[in-house]
Amino acid sequence: MNNHTHHHKKNIWQRMHIDLPLLCGLLALMVFGLFVIYSASGESAAMMERQLTRMGLSLVIMLGVAQINPEVLRRWALPIYVAGIILLLGVHFFGTINKGAQRWLNLGFMEFQPSELIKLAFPITMAWYISKFPLPPKKRYLAGGAIILLIPTLLIAKQPDLGTSILVAASGVFVLFLSGMSWLIVGGIIAAGLIFLPILWFFLMHDYQRTRVLTLFDPEKDPLGAGYHIIQSKIAIGSGGVWGKGWLQGTQSQLEFLPERHTDFIFAVIGEEFGLVGCFLLLALYLYVIGRGLVIAARAQTSFARLLAGSITLTFFVYIFVNIGMVSGILPVVGVPLPLISYGGTSMLTLMTGFGILMSIQTHRRFIDR
Amino acid sequence: MPPKKRITMHDHAAEASLFKRRALFTFFCVFVLLSVLFSNMYQLQVVSHKDYETRSNDNRIRVVPTAPSRGLIFDRHGNLLAENQPYYSLEIIPERVTDLDETFDKLNSIIEISDEERQQLKDTLKFHRRFKPLTIKSKLTEQQVASFSVNQHQFPGIYIEAGLKRHYPYEDLMTHVLGYVGKINTRDKAALEKSDKWKKYAATKDIGKQGIEKYYEDLLHGAPGHLEEEVNNRGRVIRTLKVTPPTPGQDIYLTLDLNLQLKAMELLDGRRGSVVAIDPQDGGILAMVSSPSYDPNQFVHGISSKAYSELLNDKSRPLINRATQGQYSPASTIKPLVALLGLEERIINDKTRVWDPGFWQIPGVERKWRDWKRWGHGWVDVYHAIIDSCDIFFYDLVYKIGIDKMSSFMAQFGFGEQTNVDIHEEAAGIMPSRDWKRLRYNQPWYIGDTISVGIGQGYWTSTPLQLANATATLANKGQRFSPHLLKSTRNENETLESPIEELPPIELKNPRNWDIINDAMRQTADKSRFTDATYTAAMKTGTAQVFSVGQNEKYDADNIPEHLRDNALIVAYAPYENPQIVLAVVLENAGWGGANAGPLARALLDEYMLRDDAVVPNESADE
Repeated sequence: MNNHTHHHKKNIWQRMHIDLPLLCGLLALMVFGLFVIYSASGESAAMMERQLTRMGLSLVIMLGVAQINPEVLRRWALPIYVAGIILLLGVHFFGTINKGAQRWLNLGFMEFQPSELIKLAFPITMAWYISKFPLPPKKRYLAGGAIILLIPTLLIAKQPDLGTSILVAASGVFVLFLSGMSWLIVGGIIAAGLIFLPILWFFLMHDYQRTRVLTLFDPEKDPLGAGYHIIQSKIAIGSGGVWGKGWLQGTQSQLEFLPERHTDFIFAVIGEEFGLVGCFLLLALYLYVIGRGLVIAARAQTSFARLLAGSITLTFFVYIFVNIGMVSGILPVVGVPLPLISYGGTSMLTLMTGFGILMSIQTHRRFIDR
Repeated sequence: MPPKKRITMHDHAAEASLFKRRALFTFFCVFVLLSVLFSNMYQLQVVSHKDYETRSNDNRIRVVPTAPSRGLIFDRHGNLLAENQPYYSLEIIPERVTDLDETFDKLNSIIEISDEERQQLKDTLKFHRRFKPLTIKSKLTEQQVASFSVNQHQFPGIYIEAGLKRHYPYEDLMTHVLGYVGKINTRDKAALEKSDKWKKYAATKDIGKQGIEKYYEDLLHGAPGHLEEEVNNRGRVIRTLKVTPPTPGQDIYLTLDLNLQLKAMELLDGRRGSVVAIDPQDGGILAMVSSPSYDPNQFVHGISSKAYSELLNDKSRPLINRATQGQYSPASTIKPLVALLGLEERIINDKTRVWDPGFWQIPGVERKWRDWKRWGHGWVDVYHAIIDSCDIFFYDLVYKIGIDKMSSFMAQFGFGEQTNVDIHEEAAGIMPSRDWKRLRYNQPWYIGDTISVGIGQGYWTSTPLQLANATATLANKGQRFSPHLLKSTRNENETLESPIEELPPIELKNPRNWDIINDAMRQTADKSRFTDATYTAAMKTGTAQVFSVGQNEKYDADNIPEHLRDNALIVAYAPYENPQIVLAVVLENAGWGGANAGPLARALLDEYMLRDDAVVPNESADE
């Protein structure tokens, strides 16, 4: 570890358990997101207000979580996981159906998505479980991890919420991979996945999901139906060109040709109004946040913290990749928002809680020389 | 955590370095995958940018064609004959209306829509494109427009369309010349597509169907403009980006003289007949009248099938333009031309006399051809033959000329072929010949056929326009013009005179023959109808054995019902020295030509020659 002397003298940020480089990256993304939402919402002050409130709340929660020692999280990992699974089962039997999917639990005062809780609890559980054993883990421990992984993944996929189940599964897989799982098994899993694909296609996927995949390959086949989203989104991005049409000047978004322009398809607005340059800046900003997250992970002092920080960071990347891939037409339509930019509260709260954990890991290190 | 000793041992340093390697690897993967996303962006935003930009513009820009205003039609003095009047119609876009019946019920309280109209609309809607507007009611009154406009918000998908509609202020007085415009139908559309003009009609609803309106459609129509509008995804117009105004159609000035036209119509007074007046100096048609007529305005707004079938079945055939489509026996009106041919062929001269005992016989044939005057005219020369319209003189003459020379000579005066006047409704008439008869009836030509032709009867038929045109050539002593209605066109501020089309003249071996015949016609006028005229005139009357328009196709003189009276004809021109107007009049079943058509011709020539701005060379003769 470098700069030991620096760490001994705790500065104001460290005492507040804030990682300044990470915070800067996050704030930059949020501010950028605000500008885009202002444009995508048709200059709606009300929506700006709500989004600002959410951002404030998430920052507060992030700060709060950052104060919690990772050790506490480790101790609570299993109970939270079990509680999450019970809630998922609750959704399965008592959940409310919204837009054809059973995702919500009505708690009387608010609608609550247990899958969001699992998104947070699951990497913690996985990291707790794997880090109990010497790394790289033995095969039987990997098998145990696989079981821990499959239960929530399948329950969420059944709702059906493909986006969340991918994110949950990915966060688990990242823990296993970062723990040093042998390359042989990595290859084996990839091979098994390829074999599993046809089974997924024919037996597990819903019709609408199959349509989404088919649409990806030929959106023009049904330009007003299934292909509409993706066609309009590609037109928006493509027509932006190198420099974009300018803020508030995107005709695809302003004239409402682009559906879900302030939520899942907000990246198309960025592509249209800020062009290739805007896309590059956004991707660079994301890469910076991911890089900082991995640095925090690598510097962490326990395997649990490392795995947890790595998983949270890489899951963040999965959000980005799935969303942008979908909006730009190289991945099927999956309901995953563009992290920290898309309008909406739940994902922002979840993500910022994750970054709170990262900050906690970064700022709760014991500064001992080895 | 209470220390519960585990057997497992962690090698912290090894685990940390293993993690670092894995983390570095994943960071590399992240970088590669983000690069994949970025290169996809590059593909969309740089490589295919033009394509997507076009599609984006296609999304947001709607090009709406705007109709040009139709050129106006004037007479030679600038009197407006066809104008454009504002009109309002109620339109519906079917797909924007959720409950048709409810909407009509509501609408009925503002603008009355009968159950019949409603049913008709519903039937039409079944085959109508859902997103295309359909007219619910046309010709709204200002009152209706106002009361709908205040309630507009209650009727999504229904709106008032304002536009211009053709209006003919003189109603039935100009119909056969002007024609009319009507809604573009599938046949019009096919014709426009074939001639590659359909694009120009994107916003146009009406098209010329007959007469000048049809013939000069291209001039009158103009070119459409367009609006480029920015629309949102629901088609609502956000703003107008660009306006390209339409090019209005050209205004047309006709050679017609409104006063003469109205006078002719007034004189005909609904009787079946036709008047054609031509300016022999250039072939410009001064008046072209066919009676009875009908109001073309009813066709502009779509005539009801009942009214149309009434017009169609009317025995007096108002839909036909008698001036160009009526084919009549020219009768004695062509006697001057026959005499001219006789002089030219030196069969007669101005001294030659023929004995008229009241009948004539083909040498060696028993049958007697009778003169209209039972006791005959006695000795007649060519002057008297024309003045008294002596049949015997012409029986004898045409017998000597023969049909072949007759046919080819008369063809030079335009008989038997269309004059190519600038309206499409025109018949060619018949100038019979041996070949024609063989082709038509598969029969040889008989001498008797020739004798009938010699007095303008038999197979010979002519339209009033042909008759006037031939008389103009005679009055002009061989100089020929293509008869026409277009005088000039005007766009913006530039007036363009239509070029006068001079045809190759008829050259006589002895040009003095022109003078003999014209002089004979002048004497005819002087001695009858124009004795007291203040200007000089020339004329020739005719009385044709009858067959009415339409029945002429299967002409068989023996089958004509006796109770049908003869057609009265006259050709005339004035002034004699320097002809400015040539006239042909046909009155169907009016009886004796001189007595019936004569006064009409006199009144018309008076109207024209004594008009305020007339330049009459021999005004000194006014005594």
